[in-house]
Amino acid sequence: MTTQTPRIRFFRPAAMLSAVGAAAALCAGGVHAQETFKVGIVSFLSGQAAESFGIPAVNGAKVLVDAFNKGAAPAPYNKVGFGGVKIEAIYVDENGGATKQVQELRNLYDREKVDAVVGYVGSGDCLAVAPAAEEMKKFLILYDCGTPRIFEDNKFNYVFRTASHAAMDNVALVRYMKARNIKAETFNMINQDYAWGQDSKKDFTWSMEKLYPGAKAGEDQLPKFGAGQYGTEISALMAKPADVTHSSLWGGDLQAFILQAGPRGLFKRTQVVLSAADHVLPGLGEKMPDGTILGARGAYGLMSPKSALNDWWWELYSKAYNTYPVQAPYRMVQSLLGLKLAVEKAMAANGGKKPNHEELAAALRGSEWDSPAGKIRMTLGGGHQAIQDTAIGKTRYDAAKKMVVLDDIQRFPADCVNPPANMKSEEWIKAGFPGAKGCP
Amino acid sequence: MNEVFTILIDGLTYASWLFIVALGLTLVFGVLKILNIAHGSFYALGAYAAASFVGWGASMQWAPAYSLVAMLLAAVVVAAVVAPLTERGLLRFFYGRDEVLLVLVTYAMFLILEDVTKLVWGANPYYVSEPYSLFGNVHVGVQTWVGYDFALVALAVVVGLLVWWGLNRTRQGKVMLAVIHSAEIAASMGVNVSRVYMLAFSVGIFLAALGGAFTAPMISVQPGVSVGVIIVSFAVVIIGGLGSIEGAAVGALIVGLARSLAVHTAPVAELFSIYIVMAVVLMFRPEGLFQRTQARKI
Amino acid sequence: MAAVMNSLPAKPSASALPAHGRTVALGVLAFAVLAVVGFFSPKWLTFLITMAAANGLVSLGIVCLMRGGVVPFGQGMVFAIGGYTAALMFNKLGFTDALGLPLAGGLVAVLIAAPFAPLLSRYRGIFFAMLTLALSMVTYGLLMKLDMLGGSDGFNVGRPTLLGQKLPDARVGYILYLVTLGVATVMGLLARVYFDSTRGLVTLAVRENELRVEYLGGSVRQAMAINFVLAAFCGGLGGALVVMSLGHIEPNFSFWTTSGEFVFVAILAGWQSVAAVFVASTVLEVVRSFSSAYFPNTWQLALGLFLLFVIRFLPKGIGSLWTKGSTK
Repeated sequence: MTTQTPRIRFFRPAAMLSAVGAAAALCAGGVHAQETFKVGIVSFLSGQAAESFGIPAVNGAKVLVDAFNKGAAPAPYNKVGFGGVKIEAIYVDENGGATKQVQELRNLYDREKVDAVVGYVGSGDCLAVAPAAEEMKKFLILYDCGTPRIFEDNKFNYVFRTASHAAMDNVALVRYMKARNIKAETFNMINQDYAWGQDSKKDFTWSMEKLYPGAKAGEDQLPKFGAGQYGTEISALMAKPADVTHSSLWGGDLQAFILQAGPRGLFKRTQVVLSAADHVLPGLGEKMPDGTILGARGAYGLMSPKSALNDWWWELYSKAYNTYPVQAPYRMVQSLLGLKLAVEKAMAANGGKKPNHEELAAALRGSEWDSPAGKIRMTLGGGHQAIQDTAIGKTRYDAAKKMVVLDDIQRFPADCVNPPANMKSEEWIKAGFPGAKGCP
Repeated sequence: MNEVFTILIDGLTYASWLFIVALGLTLVFGVLKILNIAHGSFYALGAYAAASFVGWGASMQWAPAYSLVAMLLAAVVVAAVVAPLTERGLLRFFYGRDEVLLVLVTYAMFLILEDVTKLVWGANPYYVSEPYSLFGNVHVGVQTWVGYDFALVALAVVVGLLVWWGLNRTRQGKVMLAVIHSAEIAASMGVNVSRVYMLAFSVGIFLAALGGAFTAPMISVQPGVSVGVIIVSFAVVIIGGLGSIEGAAVGALIVGLARSLAVHTAPVAELFSIYIVMAVVLMFRPEGLFQRTQARKI
Repeated sequence: MAAVMNSLPAKPSASALPAHGRTVALGVLAFAVLAVVGFFSPKWLTFLITMAAANGLVSLGIVCLMRGGVVPFGQGMVFAIGGYTAALMFNKLGFTDALGLPLAGGLVAVLIAAPFAPLLSRYRGIFFAMLTLALSMVTYGLLMKLDMLGGSDGFNVGRPTLLGQKLPDARVGYILYLVTLGVATVMGLLARVYFDSTRGLVTLAVRENELRVEYLGGSVRQAMAINFVLAAFCGGLGGALVVMSLGHIEPNFSFWTTSGEFVFVAILAGWQSVAAVFVASTVLEVVRSFSSAYFPNTWQLALGLFLLFVIRFLPKGIGSLWTKGSTK
């Protein structure tokens, strides 16, 4: 092999500096002709959570931002954009791990100069970005992730979550079973083997201990996240049948589980209860076994309460995407509605200027607003964590409508299924839900 | 007794699925010496293609039995279209380079194909359900299995035998075996090595797509289905030995049975079991259980 | 072995001294320039470079092994060990020094990786890669399972202190930037010295032809084992530095895709130049960051195309652009 022509030696520092320089030059973004309120929206655009959570939520955001910018939302949301300032949304993919998300968050605030960030489905991502935003003193709304740990283990000034955390899902599920007198002397569980599945399993087990004392836990299956093949697990669940089979599976994994377990008769042999399953109903249609009890992590989709706002939102989303909105877009819309009111409140307080991060935080803290899913109240975590009502229903395939509908819908007020402000979810459940109000 | 029987059947059905999915990977490594990370993406392509083909068949009112033909056809089309493009258009430029470099090339292919499938088919889920109920149910004691799972066992056996027969009993196959042993010597004997590579790669992709196509009825085909199969296929081929058909079969059986045992008796251990088996085999028999000894060139 | 080595004609040590003096000067100069640039840069850029430097350290370890002809696909393991060590020491032991934590991370990574070194030094090629990958995935599985280590969500780490001083709010990012770049510069210079030393050159010889090295009295296994331990130290160091700036640790640090990215940077850099490793790491960070911003729906496609482009058109890595001499 011949020797390579040697290049001049100063290439090295020159290369480094030019890389740095180019990057710095790119950061000087163009000045906008007209002032806009820039919102960074982060959710899964690829990967396993894209189809079930990320893309529906981003679709919801797109159609809502459009409507806001036209001033087409019903009162009190009818101002154009946010308080007259047009909204500019920047979408970022949440796929790629928590490390990447922290970097993207910094880019959004420092390079794109967004005024607020709304995002994050994955609990791991939420746990990673929340302290980063707090350290940068920038306003962040977590709109979807479930882990209670965010505000129970930390205190934040700039970070908010505009939806209830996941403790409510399984507490409501067990309360529903109790209210309907579902026989549950034995129960099996199948959950994905990572934080979401493990926490859901624990919440369900502890709630069962309180509401069905003496109920025995049987199979405890923990398949790998993304496994997709559940034949063996299904055999195990059927070999030791129980009255109730609980699962917090979601997305493609849940769909695969239902497609594989349904024909084998699992759903006929045991009462299956699913904590977060509403998003698979439109796709599965006929293949969804009847009589499955499920929740949507809130009063969403087919279980959303009737109101003018909800009707408007349902129509807006369905027309744009040919399918009704399930939980993910609902959580996005309640988040953006809360943000809108907070911006407008802050603008009213500071004389009409675009609010800074502190003003936004002060405006959102402890506030409450109407959303298509009911009233959202920021009462936990020092006014940073929302609580909301939820609902549980039972599936039935309606051949005439050619879709799955939910019967026997039972609503649970926020104060029944969420812990009070001074207690952590785990201790609240283990103590037997002290202070729960308004439970059916 | 019932429990043991269930564990064995579950192990067997899972192993069959694993074998069909992992066979292409071991073949491609054996011939081209490429550890194909994009294997999962070809699997996903097969699943999506099957969804499309079966969907067309259903819209033209074909009988459900034809859906099986549609799935087979889907795998063939994927191989026929994608294999030449990838092999001639991409991999060809990297032959002879370090093995690990080729792994990175296939990783790049995986990233590209992830987004390409999303662009072509969108993010919505596809369901291929007609074939799943074709074979009815099988009741054994308290358990019910879907006949389709056993059909997969039959498919695995058929595919395995066909590939083995193709490699060992046909002329082209024996040429391929020669290339597996030493591409240099085969070339000096007048074998058109690039054509053999092309053929092996096509068969490898066909097998991956076949795995995807026949898995499609059991799952919801959506972005992200490729990720789950990559590591599990790797484990199977590493245990069995890269390039060995028998090894892939034995590897699949070991992984299937180990997993079945874990799930039925100690579900907590399931996450690890595959990585630990992989690590143990690598530590004590790095070439896998069935690898031929390699002569070292000085 | 030492006697045989000493009688070899090539004398890297004698002529290396003035060359090393120049390298050290260049390294210090580069650090100074970057320190000044960092002072005026926007925060996202200093953060990007901090991450690039810390990740570059891990890739430096890989280059160390690549010079011996093997490519480890499981550096995520030592990266995660370094990170978790730093995170646990911070949270459980209250040890928060920004210089001590990386050192601790590196040392613990060495401690845990060292028992595997003799085993791994026996393997080559794809099997070395696969075994390291298997080990990193077993680590990943363990980290996912163990709740006391945070499970799959991982856990957060607070702000480190420097030599007992609390770091001021406004300048935390810049100070951690300096610390990371400082550690990277020092390690880079040490690596250059090591690569030009006897042992380093023996490693290159192993890459060429192991059998001949053995005949000449060198121990291939010893060389590879030592390289593996050094790579573990670099990996642990990098992991701890990342955790300090990121404030968060999770099992994903040990996942095979993370390891794959480190390997890519090492290959992009080539094994001739140490500075190339950090340049390559920065390039990858920049590409990743901008493809995310401009192609939110297709950033994987953009990244994949970039990877292919680099592998195809820069076969010897970036380092070949400026290193003199035969590049066989």
